[in-house]
Amino acid sequence: MRHHSILRAVTKFFLPYILLFGLYTQFHGDYGPGGGFQAGVIFAAAIVLYGLIFTPRIARKVIPYRAVYIFMSLGILLYAGVGVATLFMGGNYLDYNALNHHHPVHGQHLGILLVELGVGITVAAVVICIYYAFADRLES
Amino acid sequence: MIAEHPVIQILIPLLGAPLCVLTGRGVLAYWLALACSLASLFVATRLLATVMATGPIVYELGGWAAPWGIEYRIGPLNSFVLLLVALLGAMVMLAAKKSVESEIPGDRRHFFYAAMLLCQTGLLGITITGDAFNVFVFLEIAALSSYVLIAMGHQRRALYASYQYLIMGTIGSTFILISIGLLYQMTGTLNMADLAARLPAVGDTRTVLVSFAFFMVGVSLKMALFPLHMWLPNAYTYAPSIVSAFLASTATKVAVYVMIRFLFSIYGPAFAFDRIGVSQILGSLALVGIVIMSAAAIFQNNVKRLLAYSSVAQIGYIVLGISFASENGLTGGIVHLFNHGLMKGALFLVVAAVVYRVGSSDLNAFRGLGRAMPVTMFLFVLGGLGMIGVPLTVGFISKWYLILAAIETGHWLAVALVLLSSLLAVIYVWRVVEFAYFQPRDRDSDPVGEAPLSMLVPTAILVLATIVFGINTEWTVGVARAAAVFLLGGHA
Repeated sequence: MRHHSILRAVTKFFLPYILLFGLYTQFHGDYGPGGGFQAGVIFAAAIVLYGLIFTPRIARKVIPYRAVYIFMSLGILLYAGVGVATLFMGGNYLDYNALNHHHPVHGQHLGILLVELGVGITVAAVVICIYYAFADRLES
Repeated sequence: MIAEHPVIQILIPLLGAPLCVLTGRGVLAYWLALACSLASLFVATRLLATVMATGPIVYELGGWAAPWGIEYRIGPLNSFVLLLVALLGAMVMLAAKKSVESEIPGDRRHFFYAAMLLCQTGLLGITITGDAFNVFVFLEIAALSSYVLIAMGHQRRALYASYQYLIMGTIGSTFILISIGLLYQMTGTLNMADLAARLPAVGDTRTVLVSFAFFMVGVSLKMALFPLHMWLPNAYTYAPSIVSAFLASTATKVAVYVMIRFLFSIYGPAFAFDRIGVSQILGSLALVGIVIMSAAAIFQNNVKRLLAYSSVAQIGYIVLGISFASENGLTGGIVHLFNHGLMKGALFLVVAAVVYRVGSSDLNAFRGLGRAMPVTMFLFVLGGLGMIGVPLTVGFISKWYLILAAIETGHWLAVALVLLSSLLAVIYVWRVVEFAYFQPRDRDSDPVGEAPLSMLVPTAILVLATIVFGINTEWTVGVARAAAVFLLGGHA
């Protein structure tokens, strides 16, 4: 891909917008179409594009394997952790009402936001990980 | 606190898995996985005690009442299966450390333990939930993690075995999903109790019939009912020994549980047995499977593969019991589900110990081990006696109830074939015993020591359990009978 300067330039130009759109999908998921799963895939797509154009080796410098594994686990822990928090705050598992006893609606809002963030982080990390795993096979 | 136990049961291994990944390559991942498994066993014991004392426990996730939300509903049957999964999970994990160190490369061990915990999460989740779609979700968690676990076997053929299982397993889960989808289409609900209430009204439609057909084929693939068992021998043979021990004793049993649950508490015995006549199909497949697979086990030269074929045959016993749809038949099936889990877990742990010491599960590798590893081999013999169904072992108890049920319903052929297959079991267990006790080790081979204590103790606990529950049957048969009565009463 070294000679495709247009592709390289356009990719560099697009990357921040793809990432931003991923975050938009993530955090606007409460109000419109979107949510953690889609956001995670869009976010990961940016990294996959980067890897395709600038070789996976360089993509792995941006987000190394170790970081992928950590984020993969952190996403699940965030999701499950919200559930544990609601348990400790006197509700059932994942009963977001318990997160805010004065305004249950706010509790629901916060709960959904955090849980979807957990989903987004894990999905992004897993998609990147799958891409790395395939790319490594081709390289070796 | 007991009110939160159902969800804690699932949370322990679910939270443990990502933590194992985070701990990295050190030995910490093992201790974490062990702690989770033991905690999960503790919770399962308390759940069973509570259910037996005060009746079913219901837990609403997210505070949403059923049928809108997902509920965990724990009755006598699933608390019994939960205990089996948690018990085997804990015993296998106790024995795992050394075996895993010798079979799994260091940079993968923390992933291995994470996958083991995820597999436990899936199996426990299938068992605990009262929501049909939730069953499918947990089924996939358990299946995906077991494909990974099997692929970690050190021979290259492990990959092929895992792939074969992946294809068959995915077909199985997809069929189950299609079936649940069709049920949802007809009733608009996914809650099991609600499904059971709404299905009779639409029971005559073709959609429900098709959903039943998809479900039966899908679940038969999952539990490796003859002749849909082709994935099982390879998977158990090439998986890491610890994984074989865990999966052989729990995974197919949980699939059988799913079948019992759907047959009796979703479709209902009136639909499944009286209208469709599933007894004939299940019963005859089970009987053919019992005999052919026991016979196939005799001709295996690898002890893991021998035990795998014997597992398919034993699944036949459980299904045979269910197919009678009588109190004794179901009691026998359910109690054998538990008993066989104990026996197979113990036998596969013995093989894991042999693989750890000798490096192979080939029959030839067992030569002279009766002298070199006396305690290990003695445990194998005791476990093998259970497989045959010798009195004073659990195998006898399950067969007793099965034969009782067969005589009650006048299935004399079933009685004869169950007895015949017990004789076949004598032969395949004897083959291992002959190699271990009556054939000398090669003179030039390295000396072999007794298995490490960390592997012997959990194996011995399981073997001891097969004998204790073979003598004092009050507890196991009591719970199984309570479950059978509950199911035949049309409850969950």
